[in-house]
Amino acid sequence: MLMRNLRALLLGLAILAGLSACGSATSAPTQVNVFAAASLTDAFQAAAHAFQAEHPELEIVLNTAGSQQLAQQIIAGAPADVFASANIKQLQVLADAGLVDAATQAIFASNRLTIIVPAQSSVSITGLASLAQPGLRLVLAAEAVPVGQYSREVLQKARAVYGAEFPAAVLANVRSNEQNVRAVLSKVALGEADAGIVYTTDAASSKDVALIDIPDALNVVAVYPLTRVRTSAHPEAAKQFVDYLLSPAGQAILRSYGFGAPAAAGAQP
Amino acid sequence: MSKTMDDTQSRLAHTNQRSSFEHKRRSLPLLVACLPLLLFIVTPILALLSRTSIAAMLAHIVEPEVAKAISLSISTSLITVVLTLIGGTPLAYLLARQRGRIWTLIDTLLDLPMVMPPAVAGIALLVAFGRRGVVGQYLDQLGLSLAFTPAAVVLAQTFVAAPYYVKSATTGFLAVERELEQAAMIDGAGSLRVFWLITLPLAWPALLGGAVMTWARALGEFGATIIFAGNFPGRTQTMPLAIYLGFEVQFEVALTLAVVLLVISFGMLAIVKWALMRR
Repeated sequence: MLMRNLRALLLGLAILAGLSACGSATSAPTQVNVFAAASLTDAFQAAAHAFQAEHPELEIVLNTAGSQQLAQQIIAGAPADVFASANIKQLQVLADAGLVDAATQAIFASNRLTIIVPAQSSVSITGLASLAQPGLRLVLAAEAVPVGQYSREVLQKARAVYGAEFPAAVLANVRSNEQNVRAVLSKVALGEADAGIVYTTDAASSKDVALIDIPDALNVVAVYPLTRVRTSAHPEAAKQFVDYLLSPAGQAILRSYGFGAPAAAGAQP
Repeated sequence: MSKTMDDTQSRLAHTNQRSSFEHKRRSLPLLVACLPLLLFIVTPILALLSRTSIAAMLAHIVEPEVAKAISLSISTSLITVVLTLIGGTPLAYLLARQRGRIWTLIDTLLDLPMVMPPAVAGIALLVAFGRRGVVGQYLDQLGLSLAFTPAAVVLAQTFVAAPYYVKSATTGFLAVERELEQAAMIDGAGSLRVFWLITLPLAWPALLGGAVMTWARALGEFGATIIFAGNFPGRTQTMPLAIYLGFEVQFEVALTLAVVLLVISFGMLAIVKWALMRR
């Protein structure tokens, strides 16, 4: 009795397996998994859309999060084909794990930082110096997140202008270390925080925040590198998307979302 | 005389042995059927333990951020349990004793925090108690701001975890025969005395079980906390948040916290199981 049931079960499983095999045999587009920094979300959605229009046989699947998180996911075995990071450091993390395909590695964009405040706010913030005022509710990205690292670099640079105590005074106002740049944006847009530091590209995507400029002398140029992941299951397709992002068409899309030219970066990974 | 007794005993022992053998033989297919699930659940837990050494754990536990996360988690989750007991016990009693559509609706509403994704709970809390929230804007005018404080952590935990206690306590109260309570009332006992002397002693296993579920859920709360309370060491960074961040930065620290969380939870559950079995 049991044996017969077991046989029926095995047969059922075999049929299921056969069915699912058939399902994948139909001409579904090849999926290219692109792991991209959270700040690239909107620009990469647009780029993926335009790319797919040219390559209907390919489908770009975007996975966006903090670059540090993506790097760890890939190291842990996530099936990534392309990795686009918001800083060199996380690309290096991947390279140290032997997962970067050096031939495809390139810098493809740059970004700047800006202070954001809620569109309607009772707190007066006129510039970087205002961030040190006692009692301010400031939200930054965590130090491990690229934008969090850049934000702290800006504070260090500002010591030259506002004194050696400036970074500590600002960091004392930090109420939360968020997981990625979008979380910082949300907390400020909702009015939970009085101010935050994000990329200019993210700030531009929200109507609920106002921008307070960080002068060039104190600002940091965020450099965005990308690479094909060495373990990519679809190396050809991955290479095509990397090439597309570096092509004039891909660059034009990135530019339209406020990203700077890779040349502005200067630094090499 | 003694011989017959020995005989009887040995025959009895034999029957016992046989029935136990029979029992084992019958449960063998069940054992085979459940083995994959059992192994699947036990394997990650053992893997987690196998990756850590006591020495490495002790080294990480004394790190200030780790210690902060542990103490914040324990204190906030215990406050959550106390708040839940205070408000949840009368609520559960009413749910068990009242009839009508409105109570069915309340009962269903209480299910929601348990089934909604914690991120949804976090957003709901922000919309309600954030600085621009439906209630939060008035609190803000009073100078009360919850966001980014340990109080926000407690609120997030209570929101998602309290229903577990209320559900379990309701079941417990339902199992107490109303006749018993009514008899005590007729004998002249006040309703509080009846609750204290009749209802509570009969329902306590369900209450205890529910409180432990609430506590465990509060200890593991992540999504609502990170959205509503934010993430700052010592203030809102509980163990699950520190584990999540540690995963990205210092994997060893994350591993240590994960094992600590596991040990605390296991210890607590074991104590409660033991207490219930002794009953």
